[in-house]
Amino acid sequence: MAELTLVEAVNRALTHEMERDEDVIVLGEDVGVNGGVFRATNGLLSRFGGDRVLDTPLAEGAIAGAAVGMAAMGLKPVAEIQFSGFIYPTIDQIVNHASRLRNRTCGRLTCPLVLRSPCGAGIHAPEHHSESPEAMFAHIPGVRVVIPSSPARAYGLLLASIRDPDPVVFLEPTRLYRLFREEFADDGEALPLDTCFVLREGKDATLVSWGAATHEATAAADALAREGIYAELIDVATLKPLDFETILRSVQKTGRCVIVHEAPKTGGFGAEIAARICEQAIYSLLAPISRVAGYDVVVPLSRLEKQFMPSVERIASAVRTVMENS
Amino acid sequence: MSVGFRIDYLQLLSPSGELREAAEEAGWNADVLRSLYQAMTRTRVFDAKAVALQRTGQLGTFASALGQEAIGVGTAYAMHPDDLLVPSYRDHAAQLLRGVTMAEILLYWGGDERGSDFKNARRDFPNCVPVATQVAHAVGAAYAFRLRKEKRAVVCFIGDGGTGNGAFYEALNMAGVWKAPVVIVINNNGWAISTPRARECAAETLAQKAFGAGVEGRQIDGNDVLSVYKAAQQALEKAREGDGPTLIEAVSYRLGDHTTADDATRYRSPDEVKEAWTREPIGRLRAFLAGKRLWDKEKEDALQRRCAREVEEAVATYASTPPRGCEAMFDYLFHSLPASMKDQLEEARRFDPVRRNGHG
Repeated sequence: MAELTLVEAVNRALTHEMERDEDVIVLGEDVGVNGGVFRATNGLLSRFGGDRVLDTPLAEGAIAGAAVGMAAMGLKPVAEIQFSGFIYPTIDQIVNHASRLRNRTCGRLTCPLVLRSPCGAGIHAPEHHSESPEAMFAHIPGVRVVIPSSPARAYGLLLASIRDPDPVVFLEPTRLYRLFREEFADDGEALPLDTCFVLREGKDATLVSWGAATHEATAAADALAREGIYAELIDVATLKPLDFETILRSVQKTGRCVIVHEAPKTGGFGAEIAARICEQAIYSLLAPISRVAGYDVVVPLSRLEKQFMPSVERIASAVRTVMENS
Repeated sequence: MSVGFRIDYLQLLSPSGELREAAEEAGWNADVLRSLYQAMTRTRVFDAKAVALQRTGQLGTFASALGQEAIGVGTAYAMHPDDLLVPSYRDHAAQLLRGVTMAEILLYWGGDERGSDFKNARRDFPNCVPVATQVAHAVGAAYAFRLRKEKRAVVCFIGDGGTGNGAFYEALNMAGVWKAPVVIVINNNGWAISTPRARECAAETLAQKAFGAGVEGRQIDGNDVLSVYKAAQQALEKAREGDGPTLIEAVSYRLGDHTTADDATRYRSPDEVKEAWTREPIGRLRAFLAGKRLWDKEKEDALQRRCAREVEEAVATYASTPPRGCEAMFDYLFHSLPASMKDQLEEARRFDPVRRNGHG
């Protein structure tokens, strides 16, 4: 058992899988000698060589596009996009090619690639380093969107993503990279994709979140428990395809739901979850669903980022409100 | 290899069908010449039928390769079966030589994904409709070959208009850095829909775009199938030997519309098209072959009959292929359908208009 940070867990998963499967290769900007700007690929170059750990030119579209070609020819590329704000040029390749290659060739060609990128605010980074683009990718048919919220889940879900035969966008909450350590075995055991994780059982309200916001949701649940309000806590983990069953069961039990995410509220993935609850469980609800999200503003520079991100107090307040409204 | 800034123009066979002296010495094999001629003719006969099918409502939008047969044929003829083709959307001349069937091409343009599930050429990429994104796929695929030390090369086609797109430059640059075994062939047909070559790029040639990426660039007469074949053969050999990528600008002319949804008379003069017909690829090779007594009217008639028959059979296959059930949309999306999508599949089944009304 090792006690690791989230970024170390990512590194262990990459190392494990490159060791196990020689088709796995890593490519991206500064992933080689530098070991990635966040050190997620640290040590891979010396261990696996420059043919399997590729420092690429600064060309995000071509990184994703080359990964499509590699994947179609039987490699398992894990492409790193250095910062979340630079991921948008890859969307062309993900929407138009990676996500649909299997479908449009009736399974003749497939695209088992992983596109990894840090995401989210909270580390006092410069502009274009703090975005949460998960809903954009989740809207694309044929692609998986995975966001871990702890080192153990980062390890297990990244292994699963690399082994998955289809394209996966794997977003790593930058704020959690070194926020805390977690003990788990580096044994190559993958965690299931397409599955929500119930982090804590509770009877009064369901708190649904993913990525870094899970951390604040947990702290809010702690605070509420001290007031005698017991929130069930769900980490969505794989946004697409969504394990709605787990959320549904929880909401049917608690009758209340607060969805927490850092991405802007409008058209965010929280809207999808809320809509599905309305479609399938509106009569189980004791109070209107509430969303605590980033505001519909440009992610601010560091001096205001705390005000942008869902805080423990905003989340706790939303839960208190749904309790009062019922 | 150092890359100098000099662009030669390779032309072996003149528009009037005269072989240049140097080429004469190279000793072209009569069978090869006839094969190239037959493949171009086969493409043209197919092309005419596909346009006719669209005009009569039996096919969706189709992108004709009229006048550009030499580029696909010459290139594909130089490829080995286990090389890889990464086409754009106007490359059925090459695809037909790769073993893609006419019926598959018709299915694709007729709106059926099975047209991209090639019975032969199993690894070749499907058509790329977005412009220039396919170049990165070719470079990635070529890298996979290099990594596995396989002596295989990738051919990627792109139009002249596509070379103005950033995706082209990014991928070309990457190909140079990785010494990827890829041959990028620019089908310079003079027009990006209605935008003429002169308004697409101020550079004298498109081939010279290679130099900025440390890649060899060549310009050839794309209406001369012998030049195309020669240049492709050299570039592919170089790629398979691990000596890196080549960018070939094949200069041709789009004798037809951009697609059947386009009307080229809106933006170009009949005189220009008339003049272009004097340089087209099939007539010049026929003139040469006839001059050498390697071809005659009898052979031509037999070839035309053979091609027409093949096309008719393909049309019949296409027309008699029943549409897929709505399950197909779900079947191939992921390796296995996520549990959370089963409801959507059920809904599609329940409301499938074909199933409900009993006809397609």
